[in-house]
Amino acid sequence: MRLERREVASGAALILAPIGAVGFTLLVSSLLVLWAGAAVGETYGLLLRGGFGSVFAVSETLTRAIPLMLTGLAATVAFKARLYNIGAEGQLYAGALAAIAVGGLHGGTGFDLPPPVLFVLMMLGAAVAGALLLLGPALMKLKLGVDEVVTTLLLNFIVLLAVSLMLDGPMKDPTAMGWPQSVALVGDLELSKLIPQTRVHTGLLWAVSLAAGLWALLKYTVPGFDIRAAGANARAAAFAGVPVTRTVVIVALLSGALAGLAGAIEVAGRTGYVTLDMSPGYGYAGIVIAMLAALHPLGVIAASVFVAGVLVGADSMSRVIGVPTYIADVIVAASLISVLVATMLTQYRIRFG
Amino acid sequence: MSELLDIVINQSFWIAVLRIATPLLLGTLGVLLCERAGILNLGIEGIMVAGAFTGWLAVYAGAPLWLGVVAAALTGAVFGLLHAGLTVGLALSQHVSGLGVTLLASALSYYGYRVSFPKVSTPPTIVPFAEMDWIGLPILAHQTSLTLFALLLVPLIAYALYRTPVGLAVRMVGENPHAAEGQGVSVMAVRTGAIVAGSALMGVAGSFLTLSAFNAFFFNMVNGRGWICVALVVFASWRPGKALLGALLFAFFDALQLRLQQSSFAVMPYQVYLMLPYVLSIVALVLVARRASYPQALMKPYRKGER
Repeated sequence: MRLERREVASGAALILAPIGAVGFTLLVSSLLVLWAGAAVGETYGLLLRGGFGSVFAVSETLTRAIPLMLTGLAATVAFKARLYNIGAEGQLYAGALAAIAVGGLHGGTGFDLPPPVLFVLMMLGAAVAGALLLLGPALMKLKLGVDEVVTTLLLNFIVLLAVSLMLDGPMKDPTAMGWPQSVALVGDLELSKLIPQTRVHTGLLWAVSLAAGLWALLKYTVPGFDIRAAGANARAAAFAGVPVTRTVVIVALLSGALAGLAGAIEVAGRTGYVTLDMSPGYGYAGIVIAMLAALHPLGVIAASVFVAGVLVGADSMSRVIGVPTYIADVIVAASLISVLVATMLTQYRIRFG
Repeated sequence: MSELLDIVINQSFWIAVLRIATPLLLGTLGVLLCERAGILNLGIEGIMVAGAFTGWLAVYAGAPLWLGVVAAALTGAVFGLLHAGLTVGLALSQHVSGLGVTLLASALSYYGYRVSFPKVSTPPTIVPFAEMDWIGLPILAHQTSLTLFALLLVPLIAYALYRTPVGLAVRMVGENPHAAEGQGVSVMAVRTGAIVAGSALMGVAGSFLTLSAFNAFFFNMVNGRGWICVALVVFASWRPGKALLGALLFAFFDALQLRLQQSSFAVMPYQVYLMLPYVLSIVALVLVARRASYPQALMKPYRKGER
């Protein structure tokens, strides 16, 4: 068996690939639903309605999509340049801690700054915290040849322990009755709601604008071209005069900053404070979303809404008929794998013998 | 200072070190097999979860303990086959495919656990492997036979890699697949075999947690051990002997931090001690980075006939 690159993407493959991907995902999850002893049609119906079936459902899905969109963008820009940042989870928490450090402690830095100034400082602080956290692994990769996959993964655990430390000590909320929770953000810094009586907040506008901004950056600017070139073929890019090292550093700062902002926007828009479980793996899910979107920033918007809808829908479905919520993770993982395979088969054909 | 010495000369400390090292050693040997053949396998974290779950489930359903280990190995092999299909057969990104396997394997395990035990509040338990009292060696007598198995695997894998034609083929496809193909070695078959074997070991590594270290399956019980193995294999320069050394060194610091927390050294918050093994892993990576000899074809997809 061998792979052969197609001269032109086959029309049939282009149509069949997405159908096959959806079909495979549905097949896997249907078998699991049957195993749990539930009716397949009813389960999917409840899942869809729970994720997209009402104003409330859509608002919950969009709320969940906001951090996913940002970590998805963080993975997109990093993977585009082949900087394998698996540390968005840690960068998200670093951003969240920075947000509380600027906008929560001592009633907001204690300097009595006006809320708009404080808000900008808070977001900047979060972006810088995330960026610096990824700068270390990026420099270790560039200067010492240390694989960034391992270092960013290990940093996630270190950051989570640091969060736990802060919630026990300097950032502990004394009124939380021993529950590990940080002091709350100053009320003036919270993001306002997009739809009254729901949880969806203006962080959505931030995330969508950042997606558009990243798309424009990659498509129309010189640094964007450098990023794409460094990712496509670093040696050829360097030969053609692309400053590869500088580009990877810029990518690290951008990617880390986006993940850091995800943390700050979660705090400012949804939770109001930091807890140890504020992110159920948004950082890792961001990688899945980036791949589902084929590393296209605008595709990240759609992919994050899809993943968020599955997660929210599964929660709501599980409450009604008791199929475990982990079905959502299976659906997301199966769709990732099947989309990867489907994309591959539009570009290559398999020859036997 | 004498307190630190007390900790380190205590036999129970070294028993703990070897126990903590066992799943890391099994997992690191698994990663080593995959990477020697040129394939990064980030599926390890999820494969360990799946191995922990199926191994435990088989024993819970009445199978003997060793059959549980076999079930875990088979589970690992199946996910390894999936990873091989994606990365070798279809030459997809090894990073992304590995993360996909991790996500799928852990989601399936947790789903399976919840479907099988929908209403339990305390995890159901099994009778784990017994200590090897019969062996008559001080520290080893307090370990289970899975630890012995892991220790025996080290010379076995070293021998297979360096002294057998199969081992040569594995190293060839990891260093220069084009040359290997030219010598009539099927890159696809050798790489697939190495990934399946390595992933089976990762499954066994997971089953050590549920069948030996503990007696039940918990959520998040693997807790990053798989990622540690990916770091350890770099530290070990892809050599089985050094993998043992690395696993023991990591376990040493892990056991030490647990004890430091309860000693008069506990002047810092306990989280600082918990961070220690992770920080040291990164430090170790930096230290060995300059002389690390990566398998030359690691992470480079191979398509027959394409340069």
